[in-house]
Amino acid sequence: MTYQSSQETEKTVIPFYRDERVLRFAAQIISAVLIFAFLIWAVLNFLRAADARNMTLTFGFLKEAAGFPISNPPIEYNPAMSFGRAFLVGLVNTLIVSGVGIVTATILGTLVALARLSSNWMLSRMALVFIEFHRNIPLLVLLFIWYFVVFGFLPPEKESLIWPGPIFIARRGVYISWPRLTETGNIFIILFGIGILSAFIAFFILRRIRQDTGKNTYFIPVSLGLLIVFFLAGWFLAGGSPFQIDTPYLKGFNFQGGMRLTPEFAGMYLSLSLYTAAFIAEVVRGGIQAVSKGQIEAARAVGLTQYQVLSLIVMPQALRIIIPPMISQYLNLTKNSSLALAIGFQEVFAVGKIAINQAGRAVPVFALIMLTYLSLSLLTSLILNVYNRRIQFVVR
Amino acid sequence: MAIKEYEGDVIRPPQPPSFLKWIRENLFSSVLNSILTIVLLPVVLFLIYQVFIWVILGANWKAVTQFPMLFAVGQYPRDQLWRVGFILSGLIFILGVSWGRWGGLLRSISLAAGGFLLVIAVLPVQHPSLTLNMRIYLGSNLLIALIGYLIGNKTSIKGYLIIIAWILIPIVGVVLLAGFKSSSMIPAVQTTLWGGLLVTFLLAAGGIVLSFPLGVALAFGRRSSLPVVSAFSTVFIEVIRGVPLVTILFMFSIILSLFLPVESRIDRLVRALMAVTFFSAAYSAENVRGGLQSVPQGQIEAAKALGMGNFKTTIFIVLPQALRAVLPAIVGQFISLFKDTTLVVIIGINDFLGIGRSIINSDPEFVQLRTEVYIFMALVYWIFSYLMSLGSRRIESALGVESNL
Amino acid sequence: MNISEPIIKCRGVHKWFGDFQALKGIDIDVYEGEVIVIFGPSGSGKSTFIRTINRLEEHQQGEIVVDGIELTHDVRNIELIRMETGMVFQQFNLFPHLTVLQNITLAPIWVRNWPRNKAEDKAIELLNLVGIPEQAQKFPGNLSGGQQQRVAIARALAMEPKIMLFDEPTSALDPEMIKEVLDTMIDLAKSGMTMIVVTHEMGFAREVADRMYFFDEGRIVETGTPDEIYKEPKEDRTKLFLSQILHH
Repeated sequence: MTYQSSQETEKTVIPFYRDERVLRFAAQIISAVLIFAFLIWAVLNFLRAADARNMTLTFGFLKEAAGFPISNPPIEYNPAMSFGRAFLVGLVNTLIVSGVGIVTATILGTLVALARLSSNWMLSRMALVFIEFHRNIPLLVLLFIWYFVVFGFLPPEKESLIWPGPIFIARRGVYISWPRLTETGNIFIILFGIGILSAFIAFFILRRIRQDTGKNTYFIPVSLGLLIVFFLAGWFLAGGSPFQIDTPYLKGFNFQGGMRLTPEFAGMYLSLSLYTAAFIAEVVRGGIQAVSKGQIEAARAVGLTQYQVLSLIVMPQALRIIIPPMISQYLNLTKNSSLALAIGFQEVFAVGKIAINQAGRAVPVFALIMLTYLSLSLLTSLILNVYNRRIQFVVR
Repeated sequence: MAIKEYEGDVIRPPQPPSFLKWIRENLFSSVLNSILTIVLLPVVLFLIYQVFIWVILGANWKAVTQFPMLFAVGQYPRDQLWRVGFILSGLIFILGVSWGRWGGLLRSISLAAGGFLLVIAVLPVQHPSLTLNMRIYLGSNLLIALIGYLIGNKTSIKGYLIIIAWILIPIVGVVLLAGFKSSSMIPAVQTTLWGGLLVTFLLAAGGIVLSFPLGVALAFGRRSSLPVVSAFSTVFIEVIRGVPLVTILFMFSIILSLFLPVESRIDRLVRALMAVTFFSAAYSAENVRGGLQSVPQGQIEAAKALGMGNFKTTIFIVLPQALRAVLPAIVGQFISLFKDTTLVVIIGINDFLGIGRSIINSDPEFVQLRTEVYIFMALVYWIFSYLMSLGSRRIESALGVESNL
Repeated sequence: MNISEPIIKCRGVHKWFGDFQALKGIDIDVYEGEVIVIFGPSGSGKSTFIRTINRLEEHQQGEIVVDGIELTHDVRNIELIRMETGMVFQQFNLFPHLTVLQNITLAPIWVRNWPRNKAEDKAIELLNLVGIPEQAQKFPGNLSGGQQQRVAIARALAMEPKIMLFDEPTSALDPEMIKEVLDTMIDLAKSGMTMIVVTHEMGFAREVADRMYFFDEGRIVETGTPDEIYKEPKEDRTKLFLSQILHH
């Protein structure tokens, strides 16, 4: 132990290798140098290799003709159109299958969660089987089972299965009778739209008045009534037939009319929805169970009805817990749609892969694909962060 | 007021409900429940019956039963299988030693592994792959596990030696599998020949072991006060988490070689392993980061006040508490990794799923039998995955960690 | 150590948190074997001050010398000072994943490089000293608050520090457990340990303190022996504070 009197310490210079400020600063510099050196080395390698193989690194190729077909495009497409257009087709496919998948998974997942929480042992066990089945098998295996096994053994169009609807199920697709708007249908749509809008407005305004003044404004019957009135008005004004059911009919070997879901889309949609629904079920169940019993007891003690307890006390608290992981599952679903490559569903990743095979522009195509997914992810993260900040409350 | 004496029988705790009572409470407790039960019960029974009939009578398992070796090791040369056997037995041995030393869950795992192989060994069926030698080998593994147990339990072998063995055996194993070009005893075997469960387990185990430390490093990097390190880690984590695994796999497949010096060539399997590792590491990093945030500042202050430096504080105080707090999430990520290994099918690697598909596509007869093959593979994946979650739950309860779901 | 030199010397210690000045020129000398009690209203800087001594907080101006070692940006000095000072926290801060014995032996083994046997013997000895030898294999979560704090004291003592720092050691304890911890601290004081204690426990101060310091708004308002402070507090603020805490 060194003895230093106070006069000497003022003049002591700390050796730099022991000075904590120097050490901190040095760590910054060294880490920066190391990381940048690594990045530069990688980029240099890259440029050299790209040069050697004459690779295009720009996005200019997007304007060139794609030259490859895409089966069953959701928007207008032919091989003479540009790569950019092909990409858009893929993107639309991704968004459609993800969007519909998310909606289905949410509804189904919530139902399964409620079933799991049910007091009926049979229902609860069935939900458990559903959840455990889908949580433990890889999504790709599930996808293959749906696409190759379930859809693979479907009969040809001439002998298609007929479900109520009518819906025709055959090996080249699922053909659904789908309502089509007639000429008078526009009136109905407009009126119904007004009806929905006015019902919403009435609901919120009248409910607010009820909360502020305590006067009973019957906001539920009124808004429902508005909805029904406008619905009926629209229906009658459209001559009683705003919609016409477009039934698929067999012409030769194929079906015409109705809405056609390709086996690729159907396989992707079903496996994604069911798989994600199982995870969502667990999230919802966890959220509901996390609302402590004490809350429900206190709410009952104050005299709230069953419905009020659910809507005013349980759901808001459960939702706070449920929403972040739920959104995370939505994101997973969207990313998982890239598995479509394995069954030939032409979403954005599959299209990209074809583009690379055709035109060899691996780097810009990859950059584009990654950018797409990253934008979706970052957008979702942003929404999540905003939501989290707004709903934060302190729990003691 | 006088206190009344209770004059009845001795009060007993409630008995578990009789069967009839249980049915009444759980299936028919309300009108709604009764209706549900009446509607669902026949449906469920019908479904179970149909499945049963199909499995026993309707299904033709030929596509599966004809190729057990393909499913197990792919196209690994049949005369070199001793290497696979060597590694397998080595692992079972060290598992037994670990069981002897530490007990607990390891006992179930060791006995299950050894027992399972024994069951296969004594199966009363004829099969070209199930030679007498094979049967003897398979059955002996239970014995190997037990010998390991004795060594672990009865000798005073040091814990860290066992850990070192756990690290060495896989490394030696992989080298052994790959072989050497010039050797005649251990000739080189191209990784393109490796397949089936061998590849699946290699990717899963390798991925888990490698991604975890990388994830911990990334978590610390993200929390670092050095801005460059923090930024780099954050970008790395967020980019990887924002894109699908397929993208990363293809990136490593196609683009990686562009970032390395021109002459280098990395084996396809290694590239897949790297992709899976990096992917999982980013997710583990976020889990670990959550754990790190949960360690109270006071813990670090107490360690510092005792004279412990940053490194020691992290190793002894922060990490143990952080990891314990997020153990369920970490193990969940490992299980996901195992399931994600199936994606290597898309880049043409013949893992367990890939072998199944190859078999299906190899013969028109097998194309018709694809249902059986897919069901078989789904079952295998499901069993492993389920066992892992079971194990994870037991570890959590042993450590006293709470899981939310 | 020169007896006439204080073991802790603080001159003109200032500390800022951003724009807020927590310490406004503190001068304190502590001699070996002395027990110093620091008291005052919350926010007065007493915790901040005691934490600057072992560098849990960094002082921006002034001089702090502990056992002849000056507290500067020199990491080696900081390390040496931390080995010579032991700290007991208001929230105990025991390591929940280690047993009581492991909590105590961790630092001696890994910082002082003691062999395990020596560390464990010392730990048992200290557990006997604080009165709870039977808890050695338990985890902190299974102990009462008073027991945990006593383990914390043993843990700090295991490093054989010259100075013990106490940051409101009994403030987080249920009333019935305060006595057991204070008794331990009194024994420690009587054995000759140099102690700086931030506390409201005036009974403790009267029994063993050599000097008391009253902190308010980052400054030392008054100092003296316990008798002086109680019987004739000179400053109004001191009088006010004493009246508030002595009559609750």
